[in-house]
Amino acid sequence: MVEGTVWAVGLFRVRRLVVLRGDTMQQGSAQQTQVHAPPKGFVQKYIFSLDHKVIGKQYFILALVAALTGMVLSWLMRMHMVWPDAKIPLLEMLSKNGAPGGVMTPEYYLSLLTMHGTLMVFFVLTNAPFSAFGNYFLPIQIGAEDMAFPRLNMMSFWTTFAAWVVLMLGFVIPDDPPIAGWTEYAPLSAVGKDAGPGMQWGASLWAVSIALFCVASLLGALNFIATTLDLRTKGMTLMRMPLCTWSWFITSCIALLAFAVLFPACILLMLDRHAGTSFFVPSGLVISDRLQPHSGGSPLLWQHLFWFFGHPEVYIAILPSIGIVSHILINSMRKPLLSAKVVIYSMISIGFLSYMVWGHHMFVSGMNPTSSLAFSLPTLAITIPATVLTLIWLGSLYGSNLQINSPSLFALGFISLFVAGGVSGFFLAQPSIDIYLHGTYFVVGHFHLVMGVASLFGVFAGTYFWFPKMTGRMMSESLGKLHFWITFLGSYCIFMPFHYLGLIGNVRRYQSFVNDYMAPYLGWHKFMTIAALITGAGQFIFLLNLIYSRFKGKLAPENPWNATSLEWSIPSPPPWNNFGGKHPIVYHDPFQYGPKGTKGDFVRQDSEGKDGE
Amino acid sequence: MGMKRLVAVGLAVFIAGAAGKAGPPANGAISGKVTYEGTPAKMKPIDMSKEPSCAKMYPTPPFAETVVTGSGDSLENVVVYISAGAPDEPAPSTAAVFNQKGCRYFPHVLAFQVNQELKIQNEDQTTHNIHPLPKINREWNRSQPPGTPPISESYDKAEIFPVKCNVHPWMHGNFVVLKNSHYAVTGDNGAFSLPNLPPGKYTVTAWHEIYGDLTQEITIGGNETKTVTFVFKAKPY
Amino acid sequence: MGKLLAIVFIVIAALSVYPIVAHVFTLPEDISTHGHAIDEQIHDTMLEAGISFVGAQIVLAIFVWGFTNRREGSPVRNLPGGATLAVIAAVALVGTEVLALGVVGQRAWARVYFTPAKPDAIPIQAEAEQFAYYFRYPGPDGKFGTIHADKIDEGNQNYFGLDPANEVEARDDIVTGQLVVPVNREVQLLMHAKDVGHSFYVRELRIQQDFVPGLDLAVHFTATKVGKFEIVCTQLCGLGHYNMKAYLNVMSEEDYERWLKEQSGP
Repeated sequence: MVEGTVWAVGLFRVRRLVVLRGDTMQQGSAQQTQVHAPPKGFVQKYIFSLDHKVIGKQYFILALVAALTGMVLSWLMRMHMVWPDAKIPLLEMLSKNGAPGGVMTPEYYLSLLTMHGTLMVFFVLTNAPFSAFGNYFLPIQIGAEDMAFPRLNMMSFWTTFAAWVVLMLGFVIPDDPPIAGWTEYAPLSAVGKDAGPGMQWGASLWAVSIALFCVASLLGALNFIATTLDLRTKGMTLMRMPLCTWSWFITSCIALLAFAVLFPACILLMLDRHAGTSFFVPSGLVISDRLQPHSGGSPLLWQHLFWFFGHPEVYIAILPSIGIVSHILINSMRKPLLSAKVVIYSMISIGFLSYMVWGHHMFVSGMNPTSSLAFSLPTLAITIPATVLTLIWLGSLYGSNLQINSPSLFALGFISLFVAGGVSGFFLAQPSIDIYLHGTYFVVGHFHLVMGVASLFGVFAGTYFWFPKMTGRMMSESLGKLHFWITFLGSYCIFMPFHYLGLIGNVRRYQSFVNDYMAPYLGWHKFMTIAALITGAGQFIFLLNLIYSRFKGKLAPENPWNATSLEWSIPSPPPWNNFGGKHPIVYHDPFQYGPKGTKGDFVRQDSEGKDGE
Repeated sequence: MGMKRLVAVGLAVFIAGAAGKAGPPANGAISGKVTYEGTPAKMKPIDMSKEPSCAKMYPTPPFAETVVTGSGDSLENVVVYISAGAPDEPAPSTAAVFNQKGCRYFPHVLAFQVNQELKIQNEDQTTHNIHPLPKINREWNRSQPPGTPPISESYDKAEIFPVKCNVHPWMHGNFVVLKNSHYAVTGDNGAFSLPNLPPGKYTVTAWHEIYGDLTQEITIGGNETKTVTFVFKAKPY
Repeated sequence: MGKLLAIVFIVIAALSVYPIVAHVFTLPEDISTHGHAIDEQIHDTMLEAGISFVGAQIVLAIFVWGFTNRREGSPVRNLPGGATLAVIAAVALVGTEVLALGVVGQRAWARVYFTPAKPDAIPIQAEAEQFAYYFRYPGPDGKFGTIHADKIDEGNQNYFGLDPANEVEARDDIVTGQLVVPVNREVQLLMHAKDVGHSFYVRELRIQQDFVPGLDLAVHFTATKVGKFEIVCTQLCGLGHYNMKAYLNVMSEEDYERWLKEQSGP
């Protein structure tokens, strides 16, 4: 109830600001910045840094490590699915019980699956587009020196790092990582070691890790919101913020409530596992020949709590990429989108609707079938703002002066993938169809395309776009283009067949396919595995490009993309206090592209003069 | 003459002493039969349809093995062992072998000693997950995909406990971990024999997985073979 | 490269829809009485999703082709209709269609969930456990014995924890590893989870329902074709999840009665 009141007040405040059409000059907030002293020494500069830019880079590197790990895990999984008897070298070293003689056991497959999902959803898709780029660029794009709470910001990162360490410990304990999937449904996750290998300690490590992650995300979200509302420089009204800033702001609002629900859910899970409570476990369960000493709990409660977080989480994963892609597209097209306001309102409605649809993960879960119909309506309705966004992007391309470079390739690829992944949602949003498709590869294909790959394309686009600003050097364009082609074509090759396999009833989370009806389709699995291996290998081109360019890349000018937002008005890389102690004054929105400016076809936000001059 | 006798006596004492160090001859034995009275429950055939690779090995489905009877009302799979009166013995160097074949355990009841190597083999085309369920020993469960090396384990405390396969619910067996080598598992005629027993007072226990324990005190002197019968009360359900 | 990208968008769209249009992957045969409504929904949705997908890729391709590598000084202009057109198109084209699908689709849902089982539906209990299904028929007395969790003894084939020693109703219960049903007769499947969450999924029956520990649900269905069909678990339940399955054995009425008699034993 308190939470609700806080939310109501917060929303009202935002609405008031927006309704005033941002004409009100937000005076003076910039002068109230929480200024911190310049960093001294290696530790303050690069490790325990208060600088939002360093923190953003730290998040980025953590996400990169998590992504590479998650990718290798997916290789292991896919290889095992098509060659189950294969002896995989080095795997026995990782786990003697999990891979005796190098042959992966069924439980280890599930351990890898659980870790793949957890790493990718939390440590990659929340960290990279949101925490990494948001931290780095939100303060700069609004003209601030740093986040509102730099110390809290540093704590956020290091708590996330601690969460990652705790999660990865699952790989080194003899019990192996948990086997219940990133969704950790109860009672499988709640009863402890009787549920199987990895469920004695691995699952507890998972719960602690995610709880830490929730705390870190909550702190981060608070910071983003406070910063956005209070630290905008003179002239930077809300409507003059770049679209990616808006997406980080909206994502933070979503994250504040979502993680606030997952956090207590993890605590309740730990209580069931270690304190003898029974939030999620009913009586009378016999697991491993033992009657479980629980009574009164409900497995559906876990699902509701988890998905109340879980659905907004997938929008937390995609919205920042939507913002980044919009931001880059405008620059690449050399013209504004058809309407920035419509894009902003669409993002806000997606955020709002995201809280009303969680039950679509539970259509056949045993919850009241009327609830299923009720959840289906907003799920279908969320198609509307998503389509609005897509049509705005497409419509804006008309009449543009589209520049093709690495960032724009990934931005355009994003649009293609967002549509591909989004339309499979039409099926899953309908409970009657979900009867058939739930738990099949159709679902896995849907979320990998729309959340995994599309969101990652936003991250790639952002990396190629902002690397010059962050490091002072350009990335190699040819390697960037090569990376795009391999990843774009490879992703379709991997994930399109998932949908077809779902249509014939290929069940997910199986370590191998022993069903009679799967026999004719094993060839498709081989195809997908090979595509995954090749596409994965292509990511090393990206890694190579990052590392090489960081040290040997062509020196970058201040504004290599001829862009309008404030980050392009400061040196590459920026000084520790972004604007060198000055506070920029903003005269325009960031959409001033077209044959207008004195420097070319654009006008930077801080160029003096009216719009159109 | 006195010297020769002294040496003879000394030698005799020496030999007697040496013989005494080796202990009394261990030529006693306890043997007998395990039977039941009453009506045992009818064993049901096992439905292996969910595992076609195993199901196809049986022209007619096999039966559960919790109560296996033999000729003359005999009871199979009963472990008869010396539970008191014999000293603990170190484990033999040979391994006790437990086999997974046709989605069943062979033998259904495996008796072996504390710290003796337990070797578990998978001869099937499917992955089994072997899960012994001890209460005082260390509990573990391990998957064994086909073609992987045998699992080698051991237990350091005497205990009797069930074994199950996590993947195939009908697969059940028993491990009987004992402190000495004086044990036998009855076959299809219910007969058992515990040889090589030195004279002494012994407690002999017969254990059946459903019908529980029966105990008897037996005293063996010299080269005796004592016969013992255990009669379990069968239950229809 | 813009032109190449445009072509690739078209190629991807074509290759993606080909397997659907060419019926490379077809839905398995429908052996249920309610399934055709679901299949119709799938086909209608496939049409709409397909058109949206292909349409978007084509528009993307056309605009990328037409507006990259433009001549120096070409005018930059806005799409006539602007954002209003986009919003109206989104609501009219996609929004209404998708919502219509949802409204129509609730009929198929209602057939499964809001229609009660017929009074003469055959009650069969299904128990899901790690990692098999067992099914129980009430036997000649028509009554199910009580489930006692503490009496479960799998080595002895007592999967349901029945107590025939003390309960008369439990003595004639038939427990099998296959779900045997007569063709064209409605079955009321009473679902019970022994340990963790599982699910009951038969593709041909167009049925999927989770087993929830602590919540004994029921689904009903009528199989319309004789044959053997696979029941698979779709709710991650532990290490043996991939191997958790059973057969739905649909028999003729006579075969079914004969089978029941055999199971009741001599």
